[in-house]
Amino acid sequence: MNDTEGNKHDASNQLSKSPTGILGFDEITNGGLPQGRPTLVCGSAGSGKTLFAMEFLVRGAIEYNEPGVFISFEETEEELKQNVSSLGFHLEDLVARQKLFMDYVSIEPSDIEETGEFDLDGLFIRIGDAIDTVGAKRVVLDTLEALFAGLPNPTILRAEIRRLFRYLKSKGVTAVVTAEQGKGSLTHHGFEEYVSDCVVQLDNRVHEQTAIRRLRVVKYRGSRHGTNEYPFLIEQDGISVLPITSMGLDYEAPSEQIPSGVPRLDAMLGGGFYRGGSVLVSGTAGTGKTSIAAHFADVTCRRGERCLYFAFEESRKQIMRNMRSIGVDLAQWEQKGLLRFHNVRPSAYVLEMHLVMMHKLIKEFRPGVVVIDPISNLLTIGNPPEVKSVLTRLIDFMKMDGITALFASLLAGDRIDDTAIGVSSLMDTWIMLRDIETNGERNRGLYILKSRGTVHSNQVREFLLTSSGIELLDVYTGADGVMTGALRAAQEAKEMAQALEREQEVQRMQRELARERKALEAKISLLRSEFEGREDSLKRAIAQAESREDALAKGRMEIARLRKADEPTPPTQEL
Amino acid sequence: MCDPSEYFILRLYVAGHTAKAMAAIANLNTICEEQLKGRYEIEVIDLLEDPKLAREDQIVALPTLVRKLPLPLRKIIGDLSDTERVLIGLNLLPRPRA
Repeated sequence: MNDTEGNKHDASNQLSKSPTGILGFDEITNGGLPQGRPTLVCGSAGSGKTLFAMEFLVRGAIEYNEPGVFISFEETEEELKQNVSSLGFHLEDLVARQKLFMDYVSIEPSDIEETGEFDLDGLFIRIGDAIDTVGAKRVVLDTLEALFAGLPNPTILRAEIRRLFRYLKSKGVTAVVTAEQGKGSLTHHGFEEYVSDCVVQLDNRVHEQTAIRRLRVVKYRGSRHGTNEYPFLIEQDGISVLPITSMGLDYEAPSEQIPSGVPRLDAMLGGGFYRGGSVLVSGTAGTGKTSIAAHFADVTCRRGERCLYFAFEESRKQIMRNMRSIGVDLAQWEQKGLLRFHNVRPSAYVLEMHLVMMHKLIKEFRPGVVVIDPISNLLTIGNPPEVKSVLTRLIDFMKMDGITALFASLLAGDRIDDTAIGVSSLMDTWIMLRDIETNGERNRGLYILKSRGTVHSNQVREFLLTSSGIELLDVYTGADGVMTGALRAAQEAKEMAQALEREQEVQRMQRELARERKALEAKISLLRSEFEGREDSLKRAIAQAESREDALAKGRMEIARLRKADEPTPPTQEL
Repeated sequence: MCDPSEYFILRLYVAGHTAKAMAAIANLNTICEEQLKGRYEIEVIDLLEDPKLAREDQIVALPTLVRKLPLPLRKIIGDLSDTERVLIGLNLLPRPRA
């Protein structure tokens, strides 16, 4: 919408569109058919032209309050009513309410003689009268070939058909004109040359014994439109076209995280899955993919959101029974209308038809979460690039609608196979379930291979299925790799013994330290008491020596007094 | 070939006074006067006045001459300028073998 081409058009020459109400078609044409202009719908016999045209009128009358006129050249009113009643279209009622006017134009070539110049004013008058009768905004002419079969002089007819398109335009009606596919051209009589506004091609091919219907917008003047071939389905309530790539990569990226249903897994994912994200759960057979899917469905419904579960492998009843055994009661959600299963064998449709079917159901049910279990089964009906292309389209479409999708994928062997690699780039979160087989025991391991935009655990968890659901346990990761189950328990016991041993060692060393300290302290006190003993005797000796010196001094003074010395002379003067 | 005494009821459908319409009326009058004098009836219907009548006789091309009687019903389209083909259409001349 933002390209210059589009803007230029929007600004100067706004092209009004008439929504067809046909599921998916209005998306690929950005709004429907060009309003007030004729559109050519071409295709081979049985490609769904009449139905497309009729649905355009019926939806217009019911949903957009635009009365319509159906000019049929091939089928009578009765035939038409019968043919489309199986699609839930009740034409009788619309006719009675003046919402629809049907006119069967019969041309019997056997009773017509051409005698000179003629024109198709008779037809024009009938169309004009029909339009005026119900105030029609939409007109269908089905199919123009009948004019060539019934009337002579193709030269006149060509000129008249050219005039017919101009006439329809002048009436301001949005018209659908159907025509047979030609060999090497869009239509047998080259009508595409007369219709400059919009040409739609329908196709019905048989591929490996399965019919595949496709639709292509060949041209659409003044409007952007998808140019791919879009697969479509004709089902009990009309046509549904699958818009494939019109969405691109400009979808929202919500930051809300929603729970996976397994609290420990949420913790590993840093809060859960991102809303609108796509989650791949891959694993070998019996690793618990469906169990994870069931938990996710359960927690979604518990929140009051709807979940659509596509089961390609197991029946709905089988899944519900199995999940009951691990404490997940899905039946209650189904009863409340929050959970819907869609059981279908992959081989029931070709790949693209599955996509159309899924697209249609999602549109109808408007779920918050979609589970596809498993996508690997789709590989049985398509090669990896095809599956990837189909899934890309599906994921894009779901992202646009903010739907969180969980895809289960069965791995054939231990290695991450090509399918997973092929589609993994489309996935925001990839959870891997592995069998860990050691010492005669098989255990399950879970790890997160990638999770865009979340801080996630890189650790492997042991994955247990208990009667109350999934439990995730820490696993022992050592030099010998991941250990689970009994082996993990044994390893844990071993570790505990080792830890005890280490603790005892520490205690022993602490005791030794205390003992050594004690011994040292004893030595110190012994030395101190020895020293104290020595100190005593030395002090005594010093005291004795001093008292002896005193006595000597006293002796010398006595001698001096006896020698009549007046004064004692200091000893230095004696020298 | 039909019985020369049979009575013809003819209805000519036109839309307004176009050149083709006027030519058709003139051509029809001439042919009838020459071939069916006294045993024909012509009704000219202008669909612009009553468009619903177009459905009744399954009219697509104009002008269309409908031979109501004698049965079977026949339709002759165009401005009736090709007299021979008009006579064949009215079953007054045998259809040439192809």
